Amino acid sequence: MAVTRRGKALIDGAAEGEVLRVAAPLSFWGGVDPETGRITQPKHPDHRACIADRILALPHIIGSSSSSTILLELIHRGKAPRAILVGEPDAIIALGVLVAQEMDFGSLPIVHCPLEGLESGMRVRVQQGGRVDEIA
Amino acid sequence: MRLTDAEAAMLAPDAPPATAMAMRILVETGKLMGAESLVPITCAHIDSCIYFGDAGVLFAERLRDLGGRVSVPSSLNVGALDLLHPDLVRAEPRAREMGKRLMDAYVDLGCQQSWTCAPYQAGYRPKLGEQVAWAESNAIVFANSVLGARTNRYGDYLDICAAIAGRAPYSGLHVTENRRASILIDVSGLSPALLREETFYPVLGAWLGETVGSTVAAIKGIPADVSEDRLKALGAASAATGAVGLFHVIGVTPEAATEEAAFAGDAPEEVVPFTAAMARAARDKLSTTTGDNIDCVALGSPHFSLQECRQLAALARGLRFEKPVYVCTRHDVFEALSESGERQALEAAGASFVIGTCVVVTPILKQTSGVLMTNSGKFAHYSPALVGHAVVYGSLADCVRSAATGRVERDDSLWQ
Repeated sequence: MAVTRRGKALIDGAAEGEVLRVAAPLSFWGGVDPETGRITQPKHPDHRACIADRILALPHIIGSSSSSTILLELIHRGKAPRAILVGEPDAIIALGVLVAQEMDFGSLPIVHCPLEGLESGMRVRVQQGGRVDEIA
Repeated sequence: MRLTDAEAAMLAPDAPPATAMAMRILVETGKLMGAESLVPITCAHIDSCIYFGDAGVLFAERLRDLGGRVSVPSSLNVGALDLLHPDLVRAEPRAREMGKRLMDAYVDLGCQQSWTCAPYQAGYRPKLGEQVAWAESNAIVFANSVLGARTNRYGDYLDICAAIAGRAPYSGLHVTENRRASILIDVSGLSPALLREETFYPVLGAWLGETVGSTVAAIKGIPADVSEDRLKALGAASAATGAVGLFHVIGVTPEAATEEAAFAGDAPEEVVPFTAAMARAARDKLSTTTGDNIDCVALGSPHFSLQECRQLAALARGLRFEKPVYVCTRHDVFEALSESGERQALEAAGASFVIGTCVVVTPILKQTSGVLMTNSGKFAHYSPALVGHAVVYGSLADCVRSAATGRVERDDSLWQ
């Protein structure tokens, strides 16, 4: 059965794609390669998974205040996730997208929503206003 | 968001374009932080000057080319280059050029060339209750906890936007009510000998970050004469493994003269004793390998203070390092050590000084894999991912002895 989640759009936008459900909090700085989008945080359960072009679903962001840099670089290089679904609101990660918008590099939706039931490999559609639909 | 007339004017079509761009980013991010207004700031610490890729350079140059200028004193974090030792950095020519362009753009924006991740030991010391906008996770936690200044955990871009606008979103740790502790960490059951050791503090910090995330904790049982360098190491580790922006040490830090003050009169929501077994487990977790081999020693994350460099010089007296030892610090510390002759003595022993930058933010290490030994919780946390090295965590004395013998030498007696 298709499930719809209504979240809060931290950055509004629409996207569709395959979910990468990250099990543990992620540090973008020191945890994601800005050139490839691969998770490099060694003790992370999703080490070596690639966030590029996926709908990244993660509980929350940890670590350095440089997370926004990594996301801006990923957007600039075309290696960003298509959307980010976060279990806790995070202004710092959204900031990377706000700067990308100012610089005309591109954008992606960031939605604060419940992550229960989201699994890697699922396809979802993120809609304007923070609605997230699972699709067949 | 409620804006004053002056703030609204900064967003108007006829406002200076860099100011308007900075304000747009600040206000939109501020709304996401739950801020209902902005607060004037007295200074900023800018972390956006470390080169990671071209996008950050283009952003800084855009602000500069639009005529941007900081409106409050703004210190700079480390850059990607060691301006004193240009050959130490093994970056490709293009990365070197872009790193320099980024550093130049921030200087052109009016920032001060402090080039350190420990600005609070370089004279940039906002006072108790001052509203500031600081970036760099270790500097943030130090400013809030040890100085009692008020900043949120700002990151790249928001730091320079706040510095240009002279304002920060009024939310989070800027607001008195959000600064009181909710968790009490009790270390008073640990041996006084362990609490006296420098090597305990990064371990406590690393555990704290993993345990509390971003929750404000108050720590009870730390000796009242604990040095600033130890609080620096504690905070840096906690901000690396977790998202700690503020901690209190009862009887030590300025907003926690008493337990009542730290909790604003409320009872702790949770009390967690930090036991010897937990300390040992947390210490073991900072190492990612258990072998005897090391390839280098890295010191100074956050940047070593003059005092820490002097401790190193004393420990290294008469020794000759078999393995490279990198000491990351600031320019003025390097000059003071040069005057006293300690710099020359350490270099003669085989140490290399890394000035204004550090070994995890720019390519300096000779190898792209191997084993790095450190006394820094922050280096221990980031080295595997950022420089591909496995980590052995030890005290400063352990690091010095290991560098001299070329294999891991650790005094485990404290942790038994």
